[in-house]
Amino acid sequence: MQIADNTKILMFYEMKRIRMVQDHIESHYLQDEMKTPVHLCIGQEAVAVGACSALQKTDYISSNHRSHGHYLAKGGNLNNLIAELHCKMTGCSKGYGGSMHIVDTSVGHMGSSSIVGGGIPIGTGLGLAISMKQQNSVSVIFFGDGAADEGVLYESINFAILKKLPVIYILENNQWSVCSHVSSRQAGKNIFHHAPQKLLMTKKIDGNNVLEVYETVSEAVNFARKGYGPSFIECETYRILGHAGCASQDADGYRDLKEADEWKKKCPVNTFQEKLIQGNFLSIEDIENMESRIQAEIEDAFDFAQKSPLPPSHEMTNYLFK
Amino acid sequence: MPWSKIKPDTDELNYCHNGNCGGRQISYAQAVNEGLRQSLTLDERVFVMGQGVDDPSGMFGTTRGLQEEFGKKRVFDTPLAETALTGVANGAAIGGMRPVYFHNRPDFLLLAMDQLVNHASKWHFMFGGAVNVPLVLWACIGRGWGSAAQHSQALQGIFFHVPGLKLLMPSTCYDAKGLLLAAIKDDNPVLILDHRYNFKQKGMVPEDMYTVPIGKGIVRRPGRDVTIVAISHLVADAFMTAEKLAGQGVDVEVIDPRTLRPLDEALILNSVMKTGRLVIADTGWKTGGVTAEIAALVSSKAFRFLKAPIERVACPDLPTPAGYTLEDAYYIGQSDIKHAVMKTIDFER
Repeated sequence: MQIADNTKILMFYEMKRIRMVQDHIESHYLQDEMKTPVHLCIGQEAVAVGACSALQKTDYISSNHRSHGHYLAKGGNLNNLIAELHCKMTGCSKGYGGSMHIVDTSVGHMGSSSIVGGGIPIGTGLGLAISMKQQNSVSVIFFGDGAADEGVLYESINFAILKKLPVIYILENNQWSVCSHVSSRQAGKNIFHHAPQKLLMTKKIDGNNVLEVYETVSEAVNFARKGYGPSFIECETYRILGHAGCASQDADGYRDLKEADEWKKKCPVNTFQEKLIQGNFLSIEDIENMESRIQAEIEDAFDFAQKSPLPPSHEMTNYLFK
Repeated sequence: MPWSKIKPDTDELNYCHNGNCGGRQISYAQAVNEGLRQSLTLDERVFVMGQGVDDPSGMFGTTRGLQEEFGKKRVFDTPLAETALTGVANGAAIGGMRPVYFHNRPDFLLLAMDQLVNHASKWHFMFGGAVNVPLVLWACIGRGWGSAAQHSQALQGIFFHVPGLKLLMPSTCYDAKGLLLAAIKDDNPVLILDHRYNFKQKGMVPEDMYTVPIGKGIVRRPGRDVTIVAISHLVADAFMTAEKLAGQGVDVEVIDPRTLRPLDEALILNSVMKTGRLVIADTGWKTGGVTAEIAALVSSKAFRFLKAPIERVACPDLPTPAGYTLEDAYYIGQSDIKHAVMKTIDFER
């Protein structure tokens, strides 16, 4: 697959932006201005960016508690995200959701659930709506290896195959669910679905290689748009930080830090950056310009969030019913 | 005694307000079926799903003929995957459709609790109103003839507990259709719990599309001495009890809330302020259930009007036994309601 130079640069920019946003959240988290648990996706940027780059604005995504990357990659508004982390009225969920329930329907981000696996059938249902309305969109579902423990994944895929729904199941296998390694929850590498290809297109790929993710998801999107049905893509990646909070809050003693160090060498942002410099797509100066632009945007977003009002307590009863 | 013949076909009771609603007499199942047919005809976003919606019995007759008329894409059988399929219905609703998901027993809804309680009921709130879930879930309480502990549960108390979920329990053919149409029109998740006993009755139902407002109860019989708030098919038992007691000089007011959430608090409170006595009859369990909540409501907001303690008539806190004699002892009916009414009358401070 031929990928245009500007697409590669744009994908790099998006990954860099997500990384820098995460770093900024992490370094400010202990100031306690963001009073909501954060689940950072440092190390997993390539999955979000590679997948969302293959999508249109009118395509849906369904996400989970570790979803800052998905939100930003799909085009979600940064100011509203940072405001939501501060539980402010200007947040994407008006301060009712916090970090685990973010949404931006204007770009097809239809909401994230913090019940592990909860977004999987909802994304499948979005695929059903697309199919019934005969739209040309697709529905992409991001979930982790923990969600692959849940029976609802099997139930949902079975239904999507049955109805040939335009749904793409993207498993981000980051190896960890809170402090449980995937090997303590699943025998061997049994997540990957070996369904007959005529029923379900399945692929297992390097989730730290943004170009591979982009190509594979593009193929799945074409497959879905043609009406051939769902696909399942397992992206192998790694959760560099702990389950929630910032690095200094990560509990000790559940994983060998050498493991994390090994994966840091495979950092999706840095490895792609090197590749782009070596291929003369970008210069060091280009990258520094990008970084200062992103830094300014992030500082503006934090400033916007901090200056925004908190929801008044009398508004607690808003939005119970429409 | 075949299971289906447990309650004979009957005409609906002659409630004081029945009057002329411009309808014709059809069965409860036909009323639901007609509501679905009209919704499917008029709104292309509506679809009907559920395990067995296309089988010959058609979910007690409520979905019969719909697949033939509207096709397999809009009326379809589902895999036995209640969790995922409830989530699929949620997602389809978020994506702009109006799913109506049928279950032939509320017991199976317990498999769907994650998507019902954690997702559908929370989605509008937790995204600050950015999205909503216009979903209808329907299930039928299947009491009777050895159904035992997992096929007859009246689980409204569990669902009543959940903010963000509307809960309807119709008792007449007119309301079955009108509340279903209101539920489909509603932009929120709505659970309708019907009762098999109501399916055997025929009542006046208009042919046109009409809605019964969600959150409005109705007085089935006005009275001065005692208020009975009765749920679902117990409305009929309460009404018959009231008619019999009228001959003994006790004038009973019967209230049918029709919808438990939102609950028509004003209707109940005004009645108790008038009569000073309250009996609550529910098909579910007593502890932590519907009768407990309504009793708490009245004792906190109309305590000074009460002339006697509130009496509750509900199933004992036990799973349903299968054996005929045990089952007979387990379920409540007219004699239990009468006994409770007389306790409030005979009470002396």
